[in-house]
Amino acid sequence: MDYVDQFRDPGDAKRLLKAIAALAERLGRTVRLMEVCGGHTHTIYRYGLEKLLPASVEFVHGPGCPVCVIPMGRVDDAVYLASRSSVIFTTFGDMMRVPGAGGSLLQAQARGADVRFVYSPLDALKVARENPDREVVFFAVGFETTAPSTAVTVSRAEAFGLDNFSVFCNHVTIAPPLRALLDGDDLALDGFIGPGHVATVVGARHFDFIPAEYGLPLVVTGFEPLDILQAVEMLLEQHVDGRRLVQNQYARVVRADGNRAALALMGEVFTLRDSFEWRGLGFIERSGYRLSDRFARFDAELRFDMPGARVADPPACECGSVLKGLIKPWRCRVFGTGCTPENPIGTCMVSPEGACAAYYNFARI
Amino acid sequence: MCLGIPGQVVQVVDPAECLASVDVSGVRRTISLRLVADEGVGVGDWVLVHVGFALSVIDAAEAATTLEQIKLLGQPYIDEMDAFVLTEIV
Repeated sequence: MDYVDQFRDPGDAKRLLKAIAALAERLGRTVRLMEVCGGHTHTIYRYGLEKLLPASVEFVHGPGCPVCVIPMGRVDDAVYLASRSSVIFTTFGDMMRVPGAGGSLLQAQARGADVRFVYSPLDALKVARENPDREVVFFAVGFETTAPSTAVTVSRAEAFGLDNFSVFCNHVTIAPPLRALLDGDDLALDGFIGPGHVATVVGARHFDFIPAEYGLPLVVTGFEPLDILQAVEMLLEQHVDGRRLVQNQYARVVRADGNRAALALMGEVFTLRDSFEWRGLGFIERSGYRLSDRFARFDAELRFDMPGARVADPPACECGSVLKGLIKPWRCRVFGTGCTPENPIGTCMVSPEGACAAYYNFARI
Repeated sequence: MCLGIPGQVVQVVDPAECLASVDVSGVRRTISLRLVADEGVGVGDWVLVHVGFALSVIDAAEAATTLEQIKLLGQPYIDEMDAFVLTEIV
């Protein structure tokens, strides 16, 4: 079976759109659905889904773009590490253009820093094994989707007895920012298109607190256009039927309990920090990971004397309000003028999963 | 970077290190099966690949069920809508 094409069938999309229209008509009011994950935002704009839905169904973009939520001070720390002559700094390509107060990693590279982009943390480990006389640092970012891969890599580094490999850990966890958004009183939502790939690791059940504590439905959702349309249909149907549940639309990939092996490894390699800063959301308790004490020798923040400065976002940038779903990207004062994918001011314009970049690249406003 | 892409396992390269070659839309790459090792993944299985790791084994039966549901979902509402649009009280 082809798991991509089958979930892009135009005939099925038409059926779903018809069902959605009927449900929306029956509800007779505006329904605001937050897609938590930047991957969903990307699919929504790439396929123009928001234009196909009834006007009463609105997508609200959430905080689930791992590149977008990195605060400027952490980027400055990354540039600081990358600029040390002893260091080979390895990073996912997406992070290269994210601006810090002192420029981006791409600009540091242009100044002569040894910055290399990698597809996988295992590639960073390979660079470390091939360069025993250099310090190799991996810029670890991402939610629970990506954190297990870093965990495996760190445990392999221990097994290989490497002493020139470390991780600048910026991994974050999904539930605390959702709670922070829902505990704030300025966001009116009617449900969530749940993050499918995070759920692959944490499990669909991880989101039971959303209906239980906040009275909202959540549908764990895949990333093809039909997946998202089906999720919208399921959320509207829950409203019509008066139910509030976690449903799993992405059952071909996501299990109720997630990936236990991945969760166990994360438990060994990481420890929750007391608090971690998010761009636009501020400090959120127990929302970010550091390496556990057992693996502390692979922690770049302990190995190097880091500046660790807190830097406020540029005043013109409204990424914070975009990440909280309070404004649409084009409402930002610098959208498409001062801030473009070529010369981004804010993180949401950098990553292809960022709401601003998705709008800029695909939406016709 | 948060993309997960379906890929099919074509060869187990290094069983001890849990490394396998997967085919993603005709492109082959070695990835780690370490995170799905307990599930007995073999050649021919589909996995969700993310940053060089298989995160999950794709369940063919569940995929078929979802597609079936898509074809049926909302049918009562579609019927009702059709009836609403097509019928007229003269």
